[in-house]
Amino acid sequence: MNAPVDLDHASIAATTPLDRLDPSNPAIFRDDAWQPYFARLRREAPVHYTAESMFGPFWSVSTYKEIMQCELAHKVLSSDSLHGGITIRDRDKSLRLPMFIAMDPPQHDEQRKVVQPIVAPANLAKLEHMIRERAIRILEGLPRNETFNWVDRVSIELTVSMLATLFDFPQEERRKLSHWSDCATALPMPGGLIENEEQREAVFAEMLGAFTKLWNERVNADPRPDLISMLAHGEATRNMTPREFMGNLILLIVGGNDTTRNSISGGVLFLNENPAEYDKLRANPALIETMVPEIIRYQTPLAHMRRTATADFEVGGKTIRAGDKVIMWYISGNRDEAAIDQPDRFIIDRARPRGHLSFGFGIHRCVGNRLAELQLKILWEEILKRFPRIEVVGPAERTYSAFVHGITNLPVRIPG
Amino acid sequence: MPQVTYIEHNGTEHRIELEAGKSVMQGAIDNGIPGIDADCGGECACATCHVYVDEAWLAKCGTAGEQEASMLSFAATAEPNSRLSCQIAMSPELDGLVVRMPEAQH
Repeated sequence: MNAPVDLDHASIAATTPLDRLDPSNPAIFRDDAWQPYFARLRREAPVHYTAESMFGPFWSVSTYKEIMQCELAHKVLSSDSLHGGITIRDRDKSLRLPMFIAMDPPQHDEQRKVVQPIVAPANLAKLEHMIRERAIRILEGLPRNETFNWVDRVSIELTVSMLATLFDFPQEERRKLSHWSDCATALPMPGGLIENEEQREAVFAEMLGAFTKLWNERVNADPRPDLISMLAHGEATRNMTPREFMGNLILLIVGGNDTTRNSISGGVLFLNENPAEYDKLRANPALIETMVPEIIRYQTPLAHMRRTATADFEVGGKTIRAGDKVIMWYISGNRDEAAIDQPDRFIIDRARPRGHLSFGFGIHRCVGNRLAELQLKILWEEILKRFPRIEVVGPAERTYSAFVHGITNLPVRIPG
Repeated sequence: MPQVTYIEHNGTEHRIELEAGKSVMQGAIDNGIPGIDADCGGECACATCHVYVDEAWLAKCGTAGEQEASMLSFAATAEPNSRLSCQIAMSPELDGLVVRMPEAQH
């Protein structure tokens, strides 16, 4: 069921009747074949309705300008988990997970502000030294002249050690964080990471147990600058229900994990696919500054965010009705030539590289965006000091998901 | 043409002429003044063109609208005189405006 199939995506994307086009099929992301589907949507129907899909009916918004309009319309396009939250997949009402990304104002604003100081400029400055030490340790431990999976050895390792620090979670158990994150976003399927929702709930319960222990230690201690202590002492969060605590944990774990991880992997892949850009970077490491946001645009580690209309809403000449599901395809808006020059090219020295949709815009814009950039920047600075070349030596394997646009395996070799 | 002075967090001053009707954010971008990122390009959707308006000019600049106030409330270092510079349109009345940039745009 999940094995790659050799399909001619370009002709399927071109010949499927427009009203039958389904850009949510997770296989097109796993097979890196999403481009022609979204190119057609941008050209023929920037706001498009799919009546039938594995996720039910939904609207697709695929162009930059129209996505921005939706981002700003938070009063009629709700993120609330009561309506289905922020991803295309509906969960059973009884399994709903409140978390601040899946709330509307005012509750969203109150809870978001509790964790926001973790990424304030002063705190980022404190974290910088530690991130660099970790990055150096990870890079120094890599084998030479030997094929290994960059995702596992570097991308996951750096992001989970960072997350463990932010939570003040035991470093020796840091891999649990990536496991929980993967389980939170996995599509249930036979032989998959999780096979059904019961399994997922069991994993969440294990996670909640571990974090409740930390919460209990910190709620009775003086406030400290870690996320658990901040939640335990924050006025808007200290009385959260266990389910709400669980939801916010998943938000912070997935938010800090998948995204940065997949951008770290994507960067290595894109530089290998674009050797002239890799040469430019080696000749001028100062280009890391503009390369980092370009990597985040080009990867678009979260392919979409979802909203649910609470009133009729006009966008792109279409009327979205109250109750309809709206998918803002960041991955497509980031390739919109009306907004981005030569969007299908990976160019590490763009003039204004941060004008991309990967972090979202409006009130739900990614809290951790500068921390994500900082991690990538430091990692690339340390990579360039050590390795003139990281060679991708086999095909990348990708996540079967319409939400997490991920790379699960990237075989590389460092000559030396 | 009306003038605006931008003061970077490190104290460096930049004085430019800015056509009436253009935003204070656009003036910084067009003149390559560091310290204003403007990731969303002026849609009032990101809070990375955050400035502190000099007290003397605060009343003339008007108050933040609802969307702007929401975005500012998530800015890392917002103060009572914080504005998003994409939402301040230049006018003859603002000739001489002084704005300061925060430590970083988040």
